[in-house]
Amino acid sequence: MPLLWLFLIVLAIAAAGFVLGRGRALASAGGDARALHSLPGYYGWNVALKAMVPGFGLLIVWLLAQPLYVGSTVSSMIPDSAIKDGASRSLLMAEVRRTADGLDAAVAQDLITARDAADPDADIAALTDKLKEAGQIVTAEITQPVLTAAQRYRDLNAKGAFAMLIAVVAVALAGAFYGVNEARAEFRARNVVENGVRALLIAAASVAILTTLGIVLSLVFNTVEFFRLYPASNFFFGTSWAPSFSGRGGASDLGVLPLLWGTFYISIVALAVAVPIGLFAAIYLSEYAGPKVRAVAKPLLEVLAGIPTIVYGLFALLTVGPLLVSVFGDEGLGWMQAGTAVMTAGLVMGIMLIPFVSSLSDDIINAVPQAMRDGSYGLGATQSETIRQVVLPAALPGIVGAILLAASRAIGETMIVVLGAGAAARLSLNPFEAMTTVTAKIVSQLTGDADFASPEALVAFALGMTLFVLTLGLNVFALYIVRKYREQYE
Amino acid sequence: MYDAPRSTENTVSTEDIKFECTDCQVYYGDNHAIKDVSVKIEDKTVTAFIGPSGCGKSTFLRCLNRMNDTIDVARIEGSFLLDGQDIYDRKVDPVQLRAKVGMVFQKPNPFPKSIYDNIAYGPRIHGLARSKADLDEIVEKSLRRGAIWDEVKDRLHAPGTGLSGGQQQRLCIARAIATEPEVLLMDEPCSALDPIATAQVEELIDELRAQYSVVIVTHSMQQAARVSQKTAFFHLGNLVEYDETSKIFTNPEDPRTESYITGRIG
Repeated sequence: MPLLWLFLIVLAIAAAGFVLGRGRALASAGGDARALHSLPGYYGWNVALKAMVPGFGLLIVWLLAQPLYVGSTVSSMIPDSAIKDGASRSLLMAEVRRTADGLDAAVAQDLITARDAADPDADIAALTDKLKEAGQIVTAEITQPVLTAAQRYRDLNAKGAFAMLIAVVAVALAGAFYGVNEARAEFRARNVVENGVRALLIAAASVAILTTLGIVLSLVFNTVEFFRLYPASNFFFGTSWAPSFSGRGGASDLGVLPLLWGTFYISIVALAVAVPIGLFAAIYLSEYAGPKVRAVAKPLLEVLAGIPTIVYGLFALLTVGPLLVSVFGDEGLGWMQAGTAVMTAGLVMGIMLIPFVSSLSDDIINAVPQAMRDGSYGLGATQSETIRQVVLPAALPGIVGAILLAASRAIGETMIVVLGAGAAARLSLNPFEAMTTVTAKIVSQLTGDADFASPEALVAFALGMTLFVLTLGLNVFALYIVRKYREQYE
Repeated sequence: MYDAPRSTENTVSTEDIKFECTDCQVYYGDNHAIKDVSVKIEDKTVTAFIGPSGCGKSTFLRCLNRMNDTIDVARIEGSFLLDGQDIYDRKVDPVQLRAKVGMVFQKPNPFPKSIYDNIAYGPRIHGLARSKADLDEIVEKSLRRGAIWDEVKDRLHAPGTGLSGGQQQRLCIARAIATEPEVLLMDEPCSALDPIATAQVEELIDELRAQYSVVIVTHSMQQAARVSQKTAFFHLGNLVEYDETSKIFTNPEDPRTESYITGRIG
């Protein structure tokens, strides 16, 4: 693991620099820490940062740049004549990489010597046999240009890794040396470290934002691609969902409306369960329960939030579904055909959402100032009158926000739907019929052998985009509500 | 121990007594916050409780409408008679008691509702209004008595939290009046207000005296001297002296009272 070693070497340089910088700063002040501009530790951190930041920075850049450089160099080596008809340069490069990896593995297993692996005049047939013996899958016979390229590839990579080792260590040492040199009493090491901390935090925030951006962009590009193959009006206004995987292409009906309806219907059932139960639980916990009950009950309720959704799915499939069938099925009221239904998934999803509603609402109700309650009690109001007429109106914006957040969870939920609601895309008002949601269909469109050039697979991205826009809109709306009405009480 | 009630017996005739408290003790957990306090509060009078911080005057005030019930660790002993009825008796519903003994708090605490709904809150929960017109009348009357009607009559449906601090406190007083209480307890009602708002509230308290028994806790001795007829001085949980305000401030009997009002303790 040369990379791990390199990492440890840089860390060791930084650690040594820390000790040196700290000692040198102290020495420059005659051993009296009060004469330093900053605490001695800051001088140490300054040196460590100056060793680590350039060292790791160069390491990352090198790791990103080397494959690009090696790839393009080796690729330009392969003559056009070596590329077979119907094959592209990138396919040949993949073969070169596989061969190079195979050679590496064979050398590592001592099946061939390093010299043989690098020998440009090696016997190709013998080498192929040895690679096959080494358990490396070689699809075709290796040709001379491929072997030459693979050997060149290995050579460049080995040289690159060595050069990287030297360069990174040199940069880290130079940085450490520069830092140690700076460590004098009047140097403002604390300010430098402060800037370093800020840069670290900015970097962390940027990674999160850039990743979001990347996800959205990948969705957007694939969605645009989908709409090139399938008319947008049929997607948005089509009332039938019937994808075909037989390769007939245009024969699929990919209307989003049945899926949106299923999503909406299941979410409504879930919220109808979660909002009253969650809200009442929150009111009990924050207003009526004593400290002891609260200390036990609140964590217990929050355990619900920690259960993986697939487990809820099993609960829906094995417990709630059969239970509902026994009441509403053919032996009971006769409304329900099978255990998988909107009602099953909705009920279980509602149970899942209870802690979201209750936990957030509980915090919000607790944030209502005690002065409000005192004012109401002082006028002769009972506890429930106070809660209904003073506490809840004051907490309402926050509660609405909590409900909307729970709603966006419900819309994005997948596993409970897959196991509890069935897979039939249907536009129906009967809550005891099987329906399915956008998320469940994204899963089913992309599992199996998906051809990513067909509209049947690309529709998953359009569905994802639709879902993303919906939940984003809901979240923005929730935040807007919370902000707008927050100043009503202090 | 100074026996407060006996010293006032000659100046107060018994039929005017609103609250008669005898040998009251309050404990917060292990802390004995109020010790052997006995006091008679008269009807149609402003009674001021003064004393240094932590002396128990607010605690005692909160006993008078059982607001301490909401504090789990508080324990109360002794008899608190409101018109001869013990308010800590099992038969007494604290909710009904608080409708009779209204309270105004230190910090203005209007509900996050409109000015109208703030005032109408009490009458609505106690069913005091027979019709919408009746309720409108109660609201207007309370706001007028709270000396804030002229300032808010054009924006009754604006939120109560949008008023200034002094207006909010007068709104809270009007809100307390709206339930037609017999006694009005005020816990440092002016401590969050500027001098102008304080003057308005004091003027209002003086007017309220005509109909209610008002008990006010205050840190300002000038305020106690200005608005009250009777003054009680608390110190370390004891009622040190209780007498006519003019007597307390000019000729106190207890050396501790004299020290406090001249600024040597507290």
